[in-house]
Amino acid sequence: MSTTFAKGGIHPPENKLSAQSKIRDLQIPASVIIPLSQHLGAPAKPVVNKGDAVKAGQLIAKGDGFVSSNIHASVAGKVSKIEETVDISGYKRPAIFIETSGDEWIETINRDPALITSISLTGQEIIGKIGEMGIVGLGGATFPTQVKLSVPRGKKAEYLIINGVECEPYLTSDHALMLEKGEEIMVGIQILKKALNVEKVIVGIENNKTDAISHLRILAQKYPGTAVTGLKVKYPQGGEKQLIQALVNREVPSGGLPVDVSVVAFNVGTAFAVYEAIQKNKPLFERIVTVTGKSLKQPANFRVRIGTQVSALIEAAGGLPEDTGKIIAGGPMMGKAIASPEVPVMKGSSGILLLPETESKRGEIEPCIRCSKCISVCPMGLEPYLLMPLSQKALFDRLEEEKVMDCMECGSCSYTCPASRPLLDYIRLGKAQVGKIIRSRKKPA
Amino acid sequence: MSQLITVSPSPHVFGQQSVKSIMTGVIVALVPAFIMSLFLFGIGALVVTSIAIVSCVLTEYLIQRFILKTANRISDGSAIVTGLLLAFNLPSNLPWWMIITGSVFAIGIGKMVFGGLGNNPFNPALVGRVFMLISFPVQMTSWPLPIASRMHYLDAATGATPLGIVKEGLRNGEVMSAIAQQVPDHMRLFLGYMNGSLGEVSAVALLLGFVWLLYKRIITWHIPVVMIATVFGFTGVLWLIDPLHNASPVFHILTGGVMIGAIFMATDLVTSPMTKTGMVIYALGIGIITVVIRVYGSYPEGVSFAILIMNATVPLINKYIKPGRFGKEVKHG
Repeated sequence: MSTTFAKGGIHPPENKLSAQSKIRDLQIPASVIIPLSQHLGAPAKPVVNKGDAVKAGQLIAKGDGFVSSNIHASVAGKVSKIEETVDISGYKRPAIFIETSGDEWIETINRDPALITSISLTGQEIIGKIGEMGIVGLGGATFPTQVKLSVPRGKKAEYLIINGVECEPYLTSDHALMLEKGEEIMVGIQILKKALNVEKVIVGIENNKTDAISHLRILAQKYPGTAVTGLKVKYPQGGEKQLIQALVNREVPSGGLPVDVSVVAFNVGTAFAVYEAIQKNKPLFERIVTVTGKSLKQPANFRVRIGTQVSALIEAAGGLPEDTGKIIAGGPMMGKAIASPEVPVMKGSSGILLLPETESKRGEIEPCIRCSKCISVCPMGLEPYLLMPLSQKALFDRLEEEKVMDCMECGSCSYTCPASRPLLDYIRLGKAQVGKIIRSRKKPA
Repeated sequence: MSQLITVSPSPHVFGQQSVKSIMTGVIVALVPAFIMSLFLFGIGALVVTSIAIVSCVLTEYLIQRFILKTANRISDGSAIVTGLLLAFNLPSNLPWWMIITGSVFAIGIGKMVFGGLGNNPFNPALVGRVFMLISFPVQMTSWPLPIASRMHYLDAATGATPLGIVKEGLRNGEVMSAIAQQVPDHMRLFLGYMNGSLGEVSAVALLLGFVWLLYKRIITWHIPVVMIATVFGFTGVLWLIDPLHNASPVFHILTGGVMIGAIFMATDLVTSPMTKTGMVIYALGIGIITVVIRVYGSYPEGVSFAILIMNATVPLINKYIKPGRFGKEVKHG
């Protein structure tokens, strides 16, 4: 039996259409829209004003608070305005608009592509610099990396886990990165290892990417303590808790963090961004984005400046297909449907997926036939069939008892439900309310 | 961009299974048993099954249309499944009006009064069957002879079921070795050459259906395997203790409603527990109650009662037997 997580999970059609596509640089857009909330936590505070000239890599907004992150210009140009705009989340949030004038980078960035393997900074210096460079988790959660690297007092990290699972159907950006930037990822891993002061590293990759597994295995031979493990293809294996269980057989406790079981996990994309930040002084202002869809002419992986509008990516991949019914930022399981292709790419955008009209509508909702499939696929051992009516009836104390807060919104229940019931929709509503109640309890009276 | 695009929360892709595909899968799984019943009971099987299906579907349609005034859902196929299963639990010489009465009761009282598909606590086909057993005890326990009654409906020659023969024989003070001469051998029981309800007799056909249900991922193995194993184990112990006054465990699992009950009735999605552990407890209960009724009760057969009794415990099982939550215990390797 091959390695995977224990509970639940599904295997939707993989549809990795852009798996063979090399990473291409997307043309630098005439203007960029850089949102100030690209990370989990408080929005960053702008440090530039309307009319200021900026270079690519220049700090334009500073992280505000412990869980927040710096934001840098992704092009050279002039700040045209700072105002609220609808971003991928669908909410209106502040963003910095820059009119591009060229591609001048700040001088400190080393643009020489040669690999640098020696790590000169100390652990503490690394963590500080990662914070400065605005690195966040690139797997999608966008949790500020420097916060994750600061292991709380009394806890010790034993394993560093690198997430190369990419279990979402369609997406291939991590896959492409592992094939083309394997060396850099390996050095990035060494940097993270030093910052965390751990000995053991495991890179987890699903078995539908055998080329990436063998490539990284060969590279890993140079780095003692680094193992690359192939995993049975199963969604949501890229979920942090699932991956940790699959690789080291430890269960992160309910409400706890990976560090509670002495593990810290990062995405391969994050490891690459860490390499660039530490070895090349390059802040996070571009990333790899998969643009894909069955009707799209050329599904591809692009290196994209943060703030580029989604429409530019679609154009570069052959234009918006006639039959498009839904545009999704991210994968089909956890991605967000966006209302307009004019929204900008953010740090957490791993892909843009175009679904045809025929796949964009949900089925008619039928009565629950108690088939219990939602329970068997739930990776957290919850009972979606029960949580949905509890949420509808606003029974929040019962929802809390039934562990609704453990739900990571992977969508396996809604995917599986033969009656097309909107299980996750109602669970999300319930979670939001229960979360509010829990927070209000913690506040001193 | 000219066209309108859809915006909805994730997930954006969905699996292939639907309520209709599940019901269709169950109907397909019942085909081998139906073919065997046509072979064994001929015209009677065809007439009884047709009447049951038509009256179940029609009852559901009329109730939805004129009483509940809700959308018409008969196309989901669940009423066809109820009709088929009800018919499979009836003798093939039952008068048409009794079948209609039972079907109306099964769908009307067994299912629709609770709000229709998904809301009924008891298996509708069994509700109908037990209602008929109590209302028409004579007709419901006269069993046409297999093969011989193929060209007959109401006028079929009848006899007792193997379980009835055993019950009667033991009551008259006979021993099993003598009674065994009066019932078909195990191979004939396995194929279905016996008096009984028209769809329950052929173990081999029902097992084929079981394989199909597993292959289509409509049910899991837990309920059928545990229930059959419980009946086998319980009767096996009794048989080992006193083989003169107890039928063999093989005889018990091949006769009566054990096979159809375990594979098709106890596994009814709506009325069985939601977790695997719950399913095991439920199936264990059905097995035990079945044997208790067969061996110590006054009825020769108890599968229908056992399933209905355990149906009543399902809400309790669901309340207390929870799936194993992720992250309950902290393991340190």
